[in-house]
Amino acid sequence: MSERSTPDARGWGVLAYPVAMLAVFFLGPFLIMLATSFYHRIPGGFYEPAFELDNWKRLGSDLFVDRAMFSIRVSLLAGIVGIVVAFPFTYFLTSMRRRWQVTLLVVVLSALSLSEVIIGFTWSVILGRAAGISNILVWLGLMDESEAYAPGFWAVLLGLVAIAFPYCVLAIYPSLSRLDREVTEAAQTLGASPWRTFWTVVVPVTRPTIVAGFLLVFVFTLGSYLISAILGRPEHWTLSVFISDQASFNANVPFAAAMALFLTVVSLVIVAIVLWFERRATARARGN
Amino acid sequence: MRALRLVVTVIVVGFLLGPLLVVAVVSINENRYMDFPPQGFSLEWYGQMFADPAWRAAIVRSLIIATASATLAVSIALPLAYALRSYRIRLAPLLYALGILPFMLPPIISALGAQIFWNATNHIGRIENVIVAHAVFFSTLPLVTISLAMEAMDPHLPEAARTMGADQRTTFRTITLPLLIPSMVTGFAAAFVLSLNEYIIAFLVAGFSVETLPIKIFNSLRYGFTPTIAAVSVAFILIAATVFTLFAVFGNLLRFLGADPAVLERAERGR
Repeated sequence: MSERSTPDARGWGVLAYPVAMLAVFFLGPFLIMLATSFYHRIPGGFYEPAFELDNWKRLGSDLFVDRAMFSIRVSLLAGIVGIVVAFPFTYFLTSMRRRWQVTLLVVVLSALSLSEVIIGFTWSVILGRAAGISNILVWLGLMDESEAYAPGFWAVLLGLVAIAFPYCVLAIYPSLSRLDREVTEAAQTLGASPWRTFWTVVVPVTRPTIVAGFLLVFVFTLGSYLISAILGRPEHWTLSVFISDQASFNANVPFAAAMALFLTVVSLVIVAIVLWFERRATARARGN
Repeated sequence: MRALRLVVTVIVVGFLLGPLLVVAVVSINENRYMDFPPQGFSLEWYGQMFADPAWRAAIVRSLIIATASATLAVSIALPLAYALRSYRIRLAPLLYALGILPFMLPPIISALGAQIFWNATNHIGRIENVIVAHAVFFSTLPLVTISLAMEAMDPHLPEAARTMGADQRTTFRTITLPLLIPSMVTGFAAAFVLSLNEYIIAFLVAGFSVETLPIKIFNSLRYGFTPTIAAVSVAFILIAATVFTLFAVFGNLLRFLGADPAVLERAERGR
């Protein structure tokens, strides 16, 4: 549309419905949640309007700091592992014929759309004592007795990598598929080995994407819920499980609201950094 | 490098599909318990999925929520994507950000917000609460697909219609809308599949009265393993794979995921 006009009555009419829906059912709940974080909790499951900072002060408690630090640590780790594996995979993927690209991406998208509960369940089977890896090893005669690897920290990390991996691929894919192959070919014509080309050309050129992709995946794993609930013990619970637990079983909605807002701020800061990176990358691409 | 490419690809595909294979094996085990190697072959657990009223009800409930919320999500995304692209609106970036934000933030935030919101309105534990919460959360997906299609559309087409005397409504109905249908379908499909699999929003909004399939699976896991869980998981995996395969066959999957058209053309010819 070459000539865009300022909206007339019809234009505002078209906009009214979607904006109203988002305002009422997204901004509305968000503002009510903000208000609730200052409310007073009545033991027994209810809360009443008030203005007190107790819920926010509890964000400084050892229990919360401990949960938050654990969540951030395990999500960072999962993001790093995910990107480190996804990057070479996606690089190879973009060099394949179209048919193979489509097939592999259907596998990736199917994995992405699977419920965390199913991914958590499948890994709990694999890592479990009854029908998992250790049973295969016993069956092959490599082990004497089957062992359980879940629940535990490594099981949680593995599960988080499993749910994060498809997002890592999708975050890196556009930039790698646009990578001008003539540049890599030129590097190889000049005598660089494929390995050297990868490290000195491909990685530096796509560095902003790698960082942006990593941060997005970090936000995603930070919000994960079921993986740590299924594959971890309570000490491996992420912030989301803790928030949901406070809101439902402990019936402390105001404290849950304060924690959710804390998570919102952390996520927004990370998203802002991603946008800043992307803008810088576009500016650099235009400058060339 | 070619050998390395094969090794990396096989490892990754194994990592993504391995657990699914194990579950598929468990789902056809004749025995009630998890066994390896599996004992016998039986499709009983797949039958159980539909025979057991509790499982069947959860499946039906999840399908209703996914269909209704994906429809509602497209109905929110279409006018927003259309208006932001057709008119010069100063707040456009802000409005677009509003549409992207729910999905960008961790789902627990939308989940808790919706729970508190419905508590405040005293309209608790209804299926429509989940539908609306999912619709808003997943409306980002059709918003992105439809916005991309609006950007890719040849601006001369609606212009030509206007020159020939069609009013804005007719232009939209006869030119713009038909061109947007593929992107609406892909947006719908993505929202549908993700809604079908969503847990935490459904749980906090109405988990105790509206038991969706993921909630049912999680609850069953707590009370111990039944092979039905494995059968349901396999069914879900097949649904997701079918949707995205159709997506790849009827839409341009690679383009949608952000590949460069020129590069794709080269990949087509095979390097």
